[in-house]
Amino acid sequence: MAATADTLERENKLEGIGCKRKRKEDGRFIQGKGSYVDDVKLPGMLFADFVRSPHAHARIKSIRKERALALPGVHAVLTADDLKPLNLHWMPTLAGDTQAVLADEKVAFQMQEVAMVVADDRYIAADATELVEVEYEELPAIVDPHKAMDADAPVIREDIAGKAEAGQGKREHPNHIFSWEVGDKDGTDRAFEAAEVTVAQEMVNQRVHPCPLETCGCVASFDKARGELTVYITSQAPHVVRTVVSMLSGVPESKVRIISPDIGGGFGNKVGVYPGYVVAIVASIVLGRPVKWIEDRTENLSTTAFARDYHMVGELAADKDGRIKAMRVNVLADHGAFNAHAQPTKWPAGFFSVCTGSYDIPYAHARVNGVYTNKAPGGVAYRCSFRVTEAVYVIERMIDVLAQKLGMDPAEIRLRNFVKKEQFPYQSALDWEYDSGDYETALRKVMEAVDYPALRKEQAEKRSRGELMGIGLCTFTEIVGAGPSKACDILGVGMFDSAEIRVHPTGSVIARMGTITQGQGHQTTYAQIIASELGIPSEEIQIEEGDTSTAPYGLGTYGSRSTPVGGAATAVAARKIRDKARKIAAHLLEVSENDLDWEVDRFKVKGVPGQEKTMKEVAWAAYNNVPEGMEMGLEAVDYYDPPNFTYPFGAYLCVVDIDKHTGETKVRRFYALDDCGTRINPMIIEGQIHGGLNEAFAVAMGQQLVFDEAGNILGNTLMDYFLPTFVETPHWELDHTVTPSPHHPIGAKGVAESPHVGGIPCFSNAVNDAFAHLGVTHVDMPHSAYNVWKTVHRLGLDKPSAA
Amino acid sequence: MIPGKFEYHAPETLADAVALLGQYGEDGKVLAGGHSLLPMMKLRFAEPAHLIDLNRIKDLRGVRDGGNKVLIGAMTVENDLIAADLLWAKCPLVPEAAKQIADPQVRNRGTIGGDVCHGDPGNDHPAIMIAVDATFVVVGPEGERKLPANGFYLGTYWTQLEESEVLTEIQIPAFNDNTGWAYHKLKRKTGDWATAASAVVLELDGDVCSRVNIALTNVGPTALKAEEAEAVLAGQVVDENLIEQAAQKAMAICDPAEDLRGDVEYKTHMAGEMTRRAIRQAVQRARG
Repeated sequence: MAATADTLERENKLEGIGCKRKRKEDGRFIQGKGSYVDDVKLPGMLFADFVRSPHAHARIKSIRKERALALPGVHAVLTADDLKPLNLHWMPTLAGDTQAVLADEKVAFQMQEVAMVVADDRYIAADATELVEVEYEELPAIVDPHKAMDADAPVIREDIAGKAEAGQGKREHPNHIFSWEVGDKDGTDRAFEAAEVTVAQEMVNQRVHPCPLETCGCVASFDKARGELTVYITSQAPHVVRTVVSMLSGVPESKVRIISPDIGGGFGNKVGVYPGYVVAIVASIVLGRPVKWIEDRTENLSTTAFARDYHMVGELAADKDGRIKAMRVNVLADHGAFNAHAQPTKWPAGFFSVCTGSYDIPYAHARVNGVYTNKAPGGVAYRCSFRVTEAVYVIERMIDVLAQKLGMDPAEIRLRNFVKKEQFPYQSALDWEYDSGDYETALRKVMEAVDYPALRKEQAEKRSRGELMGIGLCTFTEIVGAGPSKACDILGVGMFDSAEIRVHPTGSVIARMGTITQGQGHQTTYAQIIASELGIPSEEIQIEEGDTSTAPYGLGTYGSRSTPVGGAATAVAARKIRDKARKIAAHLLEVSENDLDWEVDRFKVKGVPGQEKTMKEVAWAAYNNVPEGMEMGLEAVDYYDPPNFTYPFGAYLCVVDIDKHTGETKVRRFYALDDCGTRINPMIIEGQIHGGLNEAFAVAMGQQLVFDEAGNILGNTLMDYFLPTFVETPHWELDHTVTPSPHHPIGAKGVAESPHVGGIPCFSNAVNDAFAHLGVTHVDMPHSAYNVWKTVHRLGLDKPSAA
Repeated sequence: MIPGKFEYHAPETLADAVALLGQYGEDGKVLAGGHSLLPMMKLRFAEPAHLIDLNRIKDLRGVRDGGNKVLIGAMTVENDLIAADLLWAKCPLVPEAAKQIADPQVRNRGTIGGDVCHGDPGNDHPAIMIAVDATFVVVGPEGERKLPANGFYLGTYWTQLEESEVLTEIQIPAFNDNTGWAYHKLKRKTGDWATAASAVVLELDGDVCSRVNIALTNVGPTALKAEEAEAVLAGQVVDENLIEQAAQKAMAICDPAEDLRGDVEYKTHMAGEMTRRAIRQAVQRARG
């Protein structure tokens, strides 16, 4: 049907899919009127604070709490011994391990939770933590994961020392957690033996922290009279938290209410359940009063959920023309003192096996060994899908290493190895089915936009003058939208997500989802999906998430799963409503359903101009005049179990100039082309890409959690931990192509994490490229001025002009 | 991140402040902008029993013309230094360096006096004050003393200021037409302290360097005056070879503490590089 001016105007009024609608959330945020967990103030509320371990590894000889309890205003000091009768001194992790809620006989990382003080206010609580006297006997600490499995290594986890398993398969050493491998090992070995060229490179994805501006925290409130527990919490997965809290506390799930209010960023840091939540809940149950616990910045950086810490060896086998024949990766994964990474249950290394990337590689084999060290637990997905940043980093660095060995251009080698457009759906060697893609078009568009040959020419000239200029490419494929329940679950719950949409008599809509926004703009974009599906303006659609008493059960927001899974549920639920609306419209117009056409916001009788019913008219009728036998009302629920993951991709290019006297790297240009399938709100997409690139820049150029040999954490404040401000942040140039997902109801793939996943290797490739002509194959991140200078200095490039 | 218990005092006159300091002795601590002291208190590295806030003493704020000197009140905040036309006219190194301190929010609160007296080698003003030949006016129970910036710093968090004394004013000789200046600071990001920084003030008599001060930030227990580096340039026509020799002499006195900004070698090299750059720019400016 040809679009008329009238239909276009009506369509524009909806502000549906494709509209650069302003974020509905921003009104309250920019006025400072958001409501975060630390804004929650309940009558009689008490404050909790932790006594934390000064040592990375030590036995607790005694804890004396008398002096703290004697301080006026202190209500309780809880230790592991107090939690023992409730069997809450240990808790299960999402990874099948157990984690000490409060240190039980020993501490295994610096700043581990040893005791919790509960007091009238946070000031008294802070004073009281200093009065709790803990006597420690220090033990040798394991900081280097490569030493974790040494024969004489101190045993970190005495609680499971004799156990053959820790939840994720066979263990070979008391400090070993799991071995996981995937792929055709023999085929890969044969391909390497037969290859004309092979390369191998060690590289580290350093330990970093997602560092949301709002730290973790909660307010737990147990109503003894009703037997109901309400917890306000900064959670990316409130429904899962409710299930876990119910299982741990014994309070029936129906009497546990989790409320995630406005959240100041999550980035993977707010998926898990932390000791602070558990002890605050116990304290509230024991004391019968609400208890608030809020982390400070140092606690956040030091204890709750780090990311990465993957120590990798990547290998590629290829022919002389640069066609890749096989890939091999070995990873040593440092999981800290407890295995508390947040991945779907069956995936101890997440989706790391997407490491063959955007390339058609016939054989591949990957192995990951997880070990315990005396560091904080975690291993979460920091603005990425599960372990995908690590996977993309290893392939995108390795393909550059291979290009360098062959003397090929990094763009050319990518073009030769891309999975071709016509190969989709593409089955990767490590068993993923890529849904759709057009990698070559994306890279060629970028190369044209930046005039790639001219950049290489400029680089050659600069190199001849002794200047350091680097050009980095990254042509990544993400895997998001976890996930199909046959492959993915958390604690046995399939990773579906949900939407519940109700159209009221006046045609306005309230919709609730099992996901939870933390800056993604769900209140804006979900409304746009419904607007397009139902022909009701976005402005009249209210989106609610985060209250487990009202929202349908869902697995939450992380791993770019909201649009692929929650967005799909939203579209499907809306379509169920439209199907019912069609029946009502047919009834009102006294025609058969088949005689109706849907047009933007109304049903029209075919061939009879003027015979039509708008969705608003149908909504009114749904509450007073429905066909015989039909129940009244106009609402639908959908629990969407995706048939597959979605595979967003992109082509990025970065140009850097390095000051060889200071090691400072200036990002002169960063061109990012993203393909996330159907674009729901281009403005929000651009905002998300800016944010993801900023965090990629942060990781590549500066972020790192550093430890000394004794396991003391260094740099756990924002003075040292690199959060770039607008002064440091480069200018971003954005572009896109659109390759819809064939299996998603609206073709959308998810986007917010792509720029992080693709950005990190792009920066790293650029910095490495600046030294490539000098025989350097790889230097690890972070590419801080200090680290870059070490390379410059080692190569003797920093000689002063007069020397 | 919550400080221990303390009593808060907010005197309105200098005399009251000095009296309170005398009364509480080593239990008392003066609060200026608070951007160094309060974080230390929040970490409970510092737990003064009495905090004596100077912010209500109006006389301690502002930049005044003292003829051949500029007089800066100790409680003048960094942003007021940057906004002071008088300083740009008579001693531009001070506002130029102030622009490199922290970020605008910090500069709205942080004061030159606090920065000068804290004794942290990471602070920028100590090296600047040494480079511009500043004199510190301090007032205590015994009256007023004048102390040259060069020699004021005895060690980390340790200066010639007695516990009972308050810095009231900083006096800086006005620059001449043939004065050149520069402050080059390498930092990891906005808001950070220097990895290394170098302040240079020199005068050219024709092409000859007739006077020169070079001072370094954050590469020793205190700000360091690089006297041997100065001697390389003094009385000479400054060229790249002399700049290199001076940079080497500056590096030779560096004794930085290793931290996440870099190891001793890196910081020392950066002190050299910042010195090269500062000398070059100062010479260029002196030539007009």
